[in-house]
Amino acid sequence: MADRITLRVTRYRPESDTEPTAQEYDIPLRKEWVVLDGLNHIKDHLDGTLSYRWSCRMGVCGSCGMIVNGEPKLTCATFLKEYAPGPIRIEPLSNFPIVRDLVVDIGDFMRKLPRVKPWLIRSEQERPAKEEHLQLPAEREEYEQFSMCINCMLCYSACPVYALDQDFLGPAAIALAQRYNLDSRDQGSAERMDVLSSADGIWACTFVGECSAVCPKDVDPAGAIQRYKFTAAMDALKTLLLPRGAR
Amino acid sequence: MKVEYTPFHPRWHRPRVPVFWWLRRRSYLLFVLRELSSVFVAWFVVFLLLLVNAVAQGPEDYRRFVDWSATPGLLLLNVVALCFILLHAVTWLFTLSPHAMVVRLRGRRLPPAVIGVGDLVAWMLASALVIFLILG
Amino acid sequence: MEPFLWLLFSAGGVVSALLVPALLFLFGLALPLGWVTPDYTHLSAVLGHPATRVVLLGLCVLALFHWAHRFRYALYDGLQLKHLDRVINLLCYGGALAGSAAAGLLLLT
Ligand code: SF4
Ligand code: FES
Repeated sequence: MADRITLRVTRYRPESDTEPTAQEYDIPLRKEWVVLDGLNHIKDHLDGTLSYRWSCRMGVCGSCGMIVNGEPKLTCATFLKEYAPGPIRIEPLSNFPIVRDLVVDIGDFMRKLPRVKPWLIRSEQERPAKEEHLQLPAEREEYEQFSMCINCMLCYSACPVYALDQDFLGPAAIALAQRYNLDSRDQGSAERMDVLSSADGIWACTFVGECSAVCPKDVDPAGAIQRYKFTAAMDALKTLLLPRGAR
Repeated sequence: MKVEYTPFHPRWHRPRVPVFWWLRRRSYLLFVLRELSSVFVAWFVVFLLLLVNAVAQGPEDYRRFVDWSATPGLLLLNVVALCFILLHAVTWLFTLSPHAMVVRLRGRRLPPAVIGVGDLVAWMLASALVIFLILG
Repeated sequence: MEPFLWLLFSAGGVVSALLVPALLFLFGLALPLGWVTPDYTHLSAVLGHPATRVVLLGLCVLALFHWAHRFRYALYDGLQLKHLDRVINLLCYGGALAGSAAAGLLLLT
């Protein structure tokens, strides 16, 4: 194994650049280093002006997502040696505006998330519970997969529908809505339906499936969206066919 | 394309999506081809209706229809159509529906792979039935 | 409207995945190339049977709506023509409706 590797990193300085450019850095290649370690090496020893986000460096915070050789990846979970001999292209997440270098604006996602009410909703009439709401392991299994999401937005970066139409609610937001819809303790699925079942919600999705392919936590947002399409369609059928009382 | 959510940040860079964005990744290209299979599904409907009509008209028309469908142009079209239809069937039965369907057996959700196998069995049964009915 | 169009699209996707490969192989390849030579009277009895006609009509209608829905989104996204949505919807679903009517006329009369 060669002991050095080149990182070709996207730079964008809004005060002086009109277009992002690529800058090359030559760094040591160590077998235990992930891409993020390489960036930290650059920041600490080669070029302190490079900007990027990270926090936990262990795949839980979801802040280090970037495009590595064209694929959306968590840079703290992607080893440099897999790309040897390099060079490795490091770009900011696609489909989001670039603020600076590898930092993108995630405001759009942050505004979309609360629209699907990703929290447990109980009926207004209900008295406050005296004890915890119990749940069987089988009931927990129903939504567990969707609860693994770390909001890294790799799925948004991989989604061509989102690239073309920023109004699309997007994979993670819909998967998170399903996480609560499928929770036996939740009573809010009717409240979420208007947002989810709109033209900018599930119906815009054409099941490209790339969101599920890139998700580092196996959330399968594409599956969540398809399942919800079925739920919403059945609901619409019922509304059409059944008299009001029987719904 | 909308850029509404960066109104106060004109300097933030937002690249445009190229028209042929689906040429940039293999998976995107496969997706677009999969969607194009629908055109050949529509073509099949036309072809089927022509066939049924020819058979109903009598043996003469039927012969003429078979001769017409043996012309190189039409054969080529149907070979291409068959490839696209197979792409549709394979993606639909083995990638789309296993993700989209929730089938429960004794309260447990079946894993996607099992649903795929079920789809395969259904596909083979349906095809066998079609062949049996038509060839007698 | 969207949920119903999607249901038609999905139903069409299922039936065309299950039935069209075998049918197209038989009629589009095996028959013209002479790999199979079904006897005409048998074929006309099977294809003329009312039950077959109804099944084929169902197949045609669903397959056409399957096409309409998918093609519409392919134009929206693949060619970035979403701003022309009215024309596209008219072309796709109008086409599917017209095709279904034609299929009904052909198969049921
Ligand atoms: S669904 Fe997966 S890819 Fe999308 S934000 Fe959540 S963890 Fe990341
Ligand atoms: S740094 Fe937290 S997920 Fe990578």
